Amino acid sequence: MSYVVLRHRDIPDIHTLDVYKKNGGFEAFQRAVTKMKPNEVTGMVKASGLRGRGGAGFPTGSKWAFITDKSSWPRYVVANADESEPGTFKDREIMESNPFQFLEGVAIASYAVGANAAYVYLRGEFWQAAKFLDEKIAEMGKAGYLGDKLFGTAYSLHIHTHLGAGAYICGEETAMLESIEGKRGMPRIRPPFPAVYGLYGKPTVVNNVETLTNLPMILAQGPEWYKSLGTSDSAGVKIFSLSGRVRKPGNYELPFGTTFRQLIYEHGGGVQDGRPVKAIMPAGASSSFIVANEKVLDTPMDYASVRALGADLGSASVIVIDDTVSTEWIINKTIHFFKHESCGKCTPCREGTYWMMHLIEDLRDGKHSPSNVDLLLTVAKQMQNKCLCPLGEFSTMAVVTGIERFPQDFSK
Amino acid sequence: MSLAEKYPKEVKQILAKYPPEHKRSAVMPLLYLAQSQEGYITKEAMQDIASTLEISITDVGTIVGFYTLFHDKKEGKYRMQVCTDLPCALRGADQFVESLCANLGIRVGETTSDGLLTLEAVTCLAACDRAPMLQIQSKDGLKYYEDMTADKTMELIDTLKKSGAEVK
Repeated sequence: MSYVVLRHRDIPDIHTLDVYKKNGGFEAFQRAVTKMKPNEVTGMVKASGLRGRGGAGFPTGSKWAFITDKSSWPRYVVANADESEPGTFKDREIMESNPFQFLEGVAIASYAVGANAAYVYLRGEFWQAAKFLDEKIAEMGKAGYLGDKLFGTAYSLHIHTHLGAGAYICGEETAMLESIEGKRGMPRIRPPFPAVYGLYGKPTVVNNVETLTNLPMILAQGPEWYKSLGTSDSAGVKIFSLSGRVRKPGNYELPFGTTFRQLIYEHGGGVQDGRPVKAIMPAGASSSFIVANEKVLDTPMDYASVRALGADLGSASVIVIDDTVSTEWIINKTIHFFKHESCGKCTPCREGTYWMMHLIEDLRDGKHSPSNVDLLLTVAKQMQNKCLCPLGEFSTMAVVTGIERFPQDFSK
Repeated sequence: MSLAEKYPKEVKQILAKYPPEHKRSAVMPLLYLAQSQEGYITKEAMQDIASTLEISITDVGTIVGFYTLFHDKKEGKYRMQVCTDLPCALRGADQFVESLCANLGIRVGETTSDGLLTLEAVTCLAACDRAPMLQIQSKDGLKYYEDMTADKTMELIDTLKKSGAEVK
């Protein structure tokens, strides 16, 4: 099967405008603008079953449809290139290697919701990727794919990059909008959702890089083709970022429904030193732990099947843990991460991550007692459902499931 | 000299990205521009940006304080930021940092005595498959170095030393 998103692996030099155009580049965008109504584009994306690839898995077409003819103007599209979840490293590969397909996706989304300006929000560490995209955006402008009155129609579009400066929280869509507005990246209360009150208070769609990069192919080959690639629950292909104790970590674009075993053993070359898989974190540091066994390894990776295992597929950042690693050591890492990244707006998250950090450091330093473990579990559970954005919740997932599903790691 | 006087073209380009009534949006790119001068942001630069965007210096200061890639103090000429988050740590990032500390004779958070290098342990840099890895932040921007070893890193530091002979 040929690649849908990581097409640079099939087509050398697709990052150049000539090669991209020779391979059908910008035909989908041009056809949309000149021959389709915006709601027809949205309809196609709805029919494809495409769901958001940033983690939440919300149907993309439905997200766009919240912006209607009656929505106010101007409108904005924001591409979420903040990629900061420990274990996720797919968006950078897309932007560095297949930039025009991503930017064409931004353009298609913008046309569908009637936006004349789009921002690509990159995490500050993607400094070089941002400079690269700036060059590509300029090339598109010169070639007539961006600018005023495109293809002789009344539709105009400008794309700008905006560089963050080191804050995981800005991957949360409302924090990202605050950040573009020149403020600290702190999440807003929702509702209203960005489709109603987004960037500068205007209707806004925020989509992940991988989501957007699927769009030119969906428009070119049709929703039925896209649906045929995945499962009934999860259409299409997904980039699985495989990391941890595997022999060949990396990005693997595979149809939804591929099993954990296929990903880890066929593609990832198996576990280092031939050790058994102890646990899987399917959505990066925000994951619940899945206790690995033969049945789990044969589970298809789609949203519903992973949820049935008591976890979420999220952005499909699959971290593989072998039997040499203690769950206690892992949650020490994840708690420190979330403590560092909590924006401080909500008390349960700000204080909860602080106290979890002290409790896990006590455990690390050998102050083991059943009451310390119980207290850590209690603090984590008290945080749940009490924060404005998912960060607070995410910080508790590995803690709660680590203690509950691997009690032997906490009973020294 | 203000940023607008020193970099008229860049400042104009940055402001043009955002609607004129929302020029506060330019605070982060202007801070990067200010940081490109000395490697950190001075109070004068913050005041200058505040005036340009018609916001208070406190508003600018909160941005500098909130985002980890903005610095308001002079440290090493190069900030060597090693990812020690979970996926990198599963591939030996903690041991990697320890060996860098031993080689450089400094601890995490410290600067070498020649002022060349500050060693930092940072959160995920989205390069989990090529750990151990690090980025180097200097006034000229950011660059990734992946699939690193302590030996390769020390060679890199030697190169930086030679290119940075004028470091004070």
